[in-house]
Amino acid sequence: MIQAPAQPAAEAQGFGVRVEGVCKTFRGRGSAVQALEGVSLRASPGEIVTVVGPSGCGKTTLLELICGLTGADSGTLRSDPAALMPQRDLLLPWLSAIDNAALPLRIHGLARDQARATAAPWLERFGLGGFEHARPAQLSGGMRQRVSFLRSLLAGKPVLALDEPFAALDAITRAEMQGWLARVLESEPRTVVLVTHDVEEAVVLGDRVVVMSARPGRVVQELHVKLPRPRRRTDPEVVALREAVLQALGVAA
Amino acid sequence: MSRRTVSALPALAVILALLGAWELYVDLGGVDPLVLPAPHAVAASLYDDRGLLWSNFLVTAKEIALGIVAAMAAGFTMAVVIHFSPALRRGLYPLLVASQAVPVPMLAPVLALWLGFGLAPKVVVVALVSFFPVVVTTLAGFAAVDPELLKLMRTLDATRMQTFRRVELPAALPSVVTGTKIAIVVAVIGAVFAEWMSASSGLGYLFEQSVAQLEPARAFATTVILCALSIGLFAAMTLAERRLLPWAHQPKSEGDR
Repeated sequence: MIQAPAQPAAEAQGFGVRVEGVCKTFRGRGSAVQALEGVSLRASPGEIVTVVGPSGCGKTTLLELICGLTGADSGTLRSDPAALMPQRDLLLPWLSAIDNAALPLRIHGLARDQARATAAPWLERFGLGGFEHARPAQLSGGMRQRVSFLRSLLAGKPVLALDEPFAALDAITRAEMQGWLARVLESEPRTVVLVTHDVEEAVVLGDRVVVMSARPGRVVQELHVKLPRPRRRTDPEVVALREAVLQALGVAA
Repeated sequence: MSRRTVSALPALAVILALLGAWELYVDLGGVDPLVLPAPHAVAASLYDDRGLLWSNFLVTAKEIALGIVAAMAAGFTMAVVIHFSPALRRGLYPLLVASQAVPVPMLAPVLALWLGFGLAPKVVVVALVSFFPVVVTTLAGFAAVDPELLKLMRTLDATRMQTFRRVELPAALPSVVTGTKIAIVVAVIGAVFAEWMSASSGLGYLFEQSVAQLEPARAFATTVILCALSIGLFAAMTLAERRLLPWAHQPKSEGDR
């Protein structure tokens, strides 16, 4: 990427993400952990795919593969450039909210004032107006996740890889943030791969839900969610889908 | 009274009790003042010899300041070089550790031989003893950077230099400060030692002279000034850290692990 766009463009068109039969094993001293066993997954441009599975099913590994942080042992993987939103917010404690959000712009060569000017309206839009110069330690958990999400967005890549973005939040904030993310993605469509262990989150946010088994991670089911947005978690169809996912995970409903 | 004043009270009480016991022991125990001067005699010397103490203080303070600045510059540079090059890490780090085994007492006379009796050999001794803590803590600071953060920088297409400048360097700064704090303490010892070997001024020199001239109160007064110098430098470093790196000491809020 030579020049960051002044505003992250809605780059919904492109290739999307295509993962086919990917295996990945981590070899340590005298031990090998198979994280992924023949995982296939596809996200069309602009589609929101949620990946749900128990802890340790290789979800994070899958995102690292998509982001090009690690290579697959076998199988094929093609993806548009992807930005990672890590599980922990990983904001830099010495930077203000605005400078954290603008970090990708600075890396792409924008001067500080320019980067800030680009990020400022986004902070305002994300309900962070007035907190531009607050350090991460002074922000609430929900605010930090929003800054972290904005940082991923300002990286200007067509694919967003979200790693359990709301797992560390309390239940109330999490519900708020899920609604917030759905609205943001409505106005800023991206190809999204969001991994979570929260079944409800997967159903409420995803166009498609990919259910993975425990280690070694395998895709056990794929469900299309053809429900209009915004979705209510009490909607009978949402509840029915949630039960279906739980069943696929082997959890008795 | 502020909370900080209150929290300092117990330590203050202990110091006063110790001084009181010392004073009573010398006054009532019939101790020869040449062996152990009473606190009031030390206080009197602090006042009477203030001109002498001040001029020698300036000499020692200069040696320490120059030595620490040199150690910080060299130590930080060395840490960065080692951090960037695994080959140099393997080549230099063992030598660095081994260099600490060379006793400074053996080195000081040799340095006097090479560099004379002026400022230079003292600065070199101070820098030598201060160098190691700066290198080691700075390297530890680089090593402690969250690997997830480095991964994040890769997904943001950051170059090696950008990652260093924007993440590793600021993350390691508190460690550099910690190393400098340790360096300050050993630097004072180093300076005094170097002055004992070869000097015509400085607090270490004044101490030795005072003992030789049967002026124990002045010797103790010199020690008090040395302690104050050490504590003052340490406090200045702590203050600078709070002002320049406030984020390093913010209590972590909920959910921030």
